[in-house]
Amino acid sequence: MKRNVLSWCAALVFGLHLAALPLSSEASDNALEKIGSSGVLKVAVPQDFPPFGSVGPDMKPLGYDIDMAALIAQELGVKLELVPVTSTNRIPYLTTGKVDLVISSLGKNPERQKVIDFTEAYAPFYNGVFGPEGEAVSKPDDLTGKTVAVTRGSIEDLELTKIAPESAVIHRFEDNSSTISAYLSGQVAFVATGNVVAASINEQKPNKMLESKFLIKNSPCYIGINKEQPALMTKLNEIIASAKNSGALESISQKWLHTKLPQDL
Amino acid sequence: MAYQFSFEAIASNWELLARGVALTVVLTAIGSFVGIIIGTVGAVSRAWTLPLLSQVFTVYIECVRNTPFLVQLYFIFFGLPALGVKLNGWEASVLTMVINLGAYSTEIIRAGVMSIPKGLLEAAESLAMNRWQALRYVVLRPALKNVWPALCSQIVIVMLGSSVCSQIAAQELTYAANLIQTQTFRAFEIYLTSTLLYLMLAVLVRKCLNQIGMRFIERRKA
Repeated sequence: MKRNVLSWCAALVFGLHLAALPLSSEASDNALEKIGSSGVLKVAVPQDFPPFGSVGPDMKPLGYDIDMAALIAQELGVKLELVPVTSTNRIPYLTTGKVDLVISSLGKNPERQKVIDFTEAYAPFYNGVFGPEGEAVSKPDDLTGKTVAVTRGSIEDLELTKIAPESAVIHRFEDNSSTISAYLSGQVAFVATGNVVAASINEQKPNKMLESKFLIKNSPCYIGINKEQPALMTKLNEIIASAKNSGALESISQKWLHTKLPQDL
Repeated sequence: MAYQFSFEAIASNWELLARGVALTVVLTAIGSFVGIIIGTVGAVSRAWTLPLLSQVFTVYIECVRNTPFLVQLYFIFFGLPALGVKLNGWEASVLTMVINLGAYSTEIIRAGVMSIPKGLLEAAESLAMNRWQALRYVVLRPALKNVWPALCSQIVIVMLGSSVCSQIAAQELTYAANLIQTQTFRAFEIYLTSTLLYLMLAVLVRKCLNQIGMRFIERRKA
């Protein structure tokens, strides 16, 4: 008899859950409308990953991702609320509804795609070969007989070793700063590194700017949104596309990464 | 223990290691040969306080002996290009080793020169030896003989120290070991092998230097 009561209770609770499910998903169906009606766009942004997101001297977040968030809020005609997140909690923030979007230098992979959806890419993130302006190098074979500095054991080292021609001279250094110094002091003609590293060097206006020559490994950043939000997805992709066309994205890229947007972003 | 030892990584990369060993040996050979020449000149000018030259050597020795090898290497490789002197990893390594050993051997050889009693020089003079002959037979040969073991130790130290040159991408033994390690992740096997190679090299270099010492300095049949 006692067991019967218990199982009834369990069934009741379970049933309530089932009844509640369609309700809650109905509510989140209109994420775009919800943003419009509340008048606030909540965006998860990084605060520890310059130049995508860091904290300025006035304690306000700033960076590529923050400018992107501002651009989207402006296009949607709503107020922007920035929510600083870390790289580990940015997806939980989205799935639990604490934010509407994640603009946090988020890369796409199959595991993440099971949990959230991704818009079109909005920012470049890649490892590539960089060199001074005017050097005509656009593919691995062009490195024939040239010297390239790379940090030993890094992704770019492993990939470059595979694709570089036999006669390219790869100098391997112990850390990023030695690799960059070797380039800046003219010991090598080119350097293979990440575009974020290159950006932070260009930030300091060196005597030889690092210009992107070709990509070694590309994993651009996407905006993350909750699953099954076709209206929001379409709207965001429209905004990204028009920002690419109007040059708004180009100027964000120039401002934070000091390089042109790659053609194929 | 779950670790599976595998020396396959070494076997398939032996060429890289061999080239590394060769480069380490060449580096050491040039470094010690030129270094000892500098050291001899410096020792005589310091011991006899030759004007100007002895001051120059004093500054040089103080600068080199009181700064780390790695920093000297970085300065020559990364720093000098700003002044228009661009040396590649290999040239910078050779130059740093020469400069470094030159300073240390100056002080070692100077100790030898100082150990020659003044009376011997006067004796040479009374035998109508000219200054050059006296320097060569009465001063330098016995001086070098006295300090040869110390000089050998310094050369071995500099050879082992050349592993630091891997930091500026000079492709010597440590660079080769590091490179193989990054590609195969066989840290134990590779560093064990390179340790043994250095040990072997050090023993061999010492043996060679002893032979050289006996043949050319003591003039004994080896």
